Amino acid sequence: MLTVNNLAKIYGSSCSHCLELTGPAHKSNVCPRCGSVVACANISFQVDKGEIFGLVGESGSGKSTLVRCLYFDEEATGGEARLAPYQDGRVNMLAVSAQQKRFIRNHLMGMVYQYPHLGLKMYFSCGGNIAEKLLDAGFRHVGRMRERAAELLQRTEVPPGRMDDLPATFSGGMQQRVQIAKALANSPPLLLLDEVTTGLDVSVQARVLDLIRSLQQEMQLAVVVVSHDLGVIRLLSGRTAVMKNGQMVEVGLTDQILEDPQQPYTQLLVSSQL
Amino acid sequence: MAYNFAFIDENAKREIRRKILKAVAIPGYQAPFGSRELPIARGWGTGGLQITMSLIGPDDVLKVIDQGCDGSVNAVNLRNLLQKTTGVRTAYETRQATLIQSRHRIPEETLTADQIMVLQVPWPEALRSVEPSEARTREMHAEKDYSRMWVYLYEDIVRWGEVTIGFRYPVMVNGRHIMDPSPIPRWDVPRLHMAENLYLFGAGREKRIYAVPPFTQVAPLEFADHPFKTEDFGGRDCFLCGSTDTYLNEMFDSATGRKIYACSDTAFCDRRRAEGRMAEKHAYSQ
Repeated sequence: MLTVNNLAKIYGSSCSHCLELTGPAHKSNVCPRCGSVVACANISFQVDKGEIFGLVGESGSGKSTLVRCLYFDEEATGGEARLAPYQDGRVNMLAVSAQQKRFIRNHLMGMVYQYPHLGLKMYFSCGGNIAEKLLDAGFRHVGRMRERAAELLQRTEVPPGRMDDLPATFSGGMQQRVQIAKALANSPPLLLLDEVTTGLDVSVQARVLDLIRSLQQEMQLAVVVVSHDLGVIRLLSGRTAVMKNGQMVEVGLTDQILEDPQQPYTQLLVSSQL
Repeated sequence: MAYNFAFIDENAKREIRRKILKAVAIPGYQAPFGSRELPIARGWGTGGLQITMSLIGPDDVLKVIDQGCDGSVNAVNLRNLLQKTTGVRTAYETRQATLIQSRHRIPEETLTADQIMVLQVPWPEALRSVEPSEARTREMHAEKDYSRMWVYLYEDIVRWGEVTIGFRYPVMVNGRHIMDPSPIPRWDVPRLHMAENLYLFGAGREKRIYAVPPFTQVAPLEFADHPFKTEDFGGRDCFLCGSTDTYLNEMFDSATGRKIYACSDTAFCDRRRAEGRMAEKHAYSQ
């Protein structure tokens, strides 16, 4: 479904040594020559249809930057990404025009951010937020959009009666569920989840994770989950990559990585779990 | 004192004409232009005035209207300035004019291919209500990223049961650009669609020119289940000419304490009345 090859994102002027002089081996992602920040480098992975792929790592390891590049919030510095439903996966979607990127984003992807204010417009009603995604995908019928929004809110356990309220008046867990409803509005084949449960209390966390898992199985979505919480990764993802200093240090089955970590950093990460 | 013909210098006119050509080439696109200093303040019709000044020739017949009326202060002053600096003929009758400058109204009479309609625009950016940044709105136009405008209309319908925009109703021009049709009432919006004449829009303070060329598709934004509607006057008629098919102004008659309605387009109203009198005379003489 999604194939990523050698993706890189560098903030700053960047020199020819950036990639050699940063990474886990150097314990830094700041290039000593030019001072550029190498947020992601040499990132390659694949996600199949109906598969959940996890990304773990400490803060600043480049997880969020990676999904933000895939969702075109940030422009990747290099590398390529292909999405099977877009031109049969023959075209590198990181290199297409801004208009095409918006098409991919609106028709083929959904994104749930850590902070609801990034994914939702707080001054639009909750139904308006979902409608935005539908309008992007070409809906022009108010009644039908409201039906679809009510259906999605029901699925994500938001009372449909609150459809016309502003998300600002919702609790954190409810805002997150509205975000999920918005992300799923146009039935995208690929869903990106960036630290979706980080700000939520444990009982709400469990329900949101449950919801994601059941929706994913029902719709056979390909999902990329970013989290620093190994519990979330263990619960959701089949395969996992561990990131450090902007690079992937270990990729494999989630069980394997958590039970039998090979790399020193992964060992540290697993053993420091509370 | 000698001024150049039509006040502004020839180089300024050439620049403005170039920008007009660009605007005509990309219907609905806001072409930036170097707005000149004029003897009236920006925000009082300088955009429309500069377009008129750069297009007007000695053979043109000029009509200037403000809110449908040729006699209001703004219209009179702009007309006087143009006439003093060009010496062209002016017209009250819409069909006699070749160049019409207006604010807030398009004449009731259908315009023809040999007429140019110039509209004064205070806020050229239709997306400004949903996006405060100019850099972002330009990007949104470039990428045809109009979902936020649509959500705005959706929210309006959800909250009030209909779209509450009374004037400056956003339109899609040639299926590509969302455009602010200037503060004309919804009543006038359908006149832009597939019109025989050229429409030019000038915003002097905001330094933008845009255009709707003849026979261009102009579609007000609407939903399948909430179609665009023009103003409904509920069968009221003009107290002067009795018209029920024109845009009416509501006025308060302090003598009788009642509301009365009159055509906003005074030239159209006056002609109807004159024609009515002629018909009456004709009927008597037979």
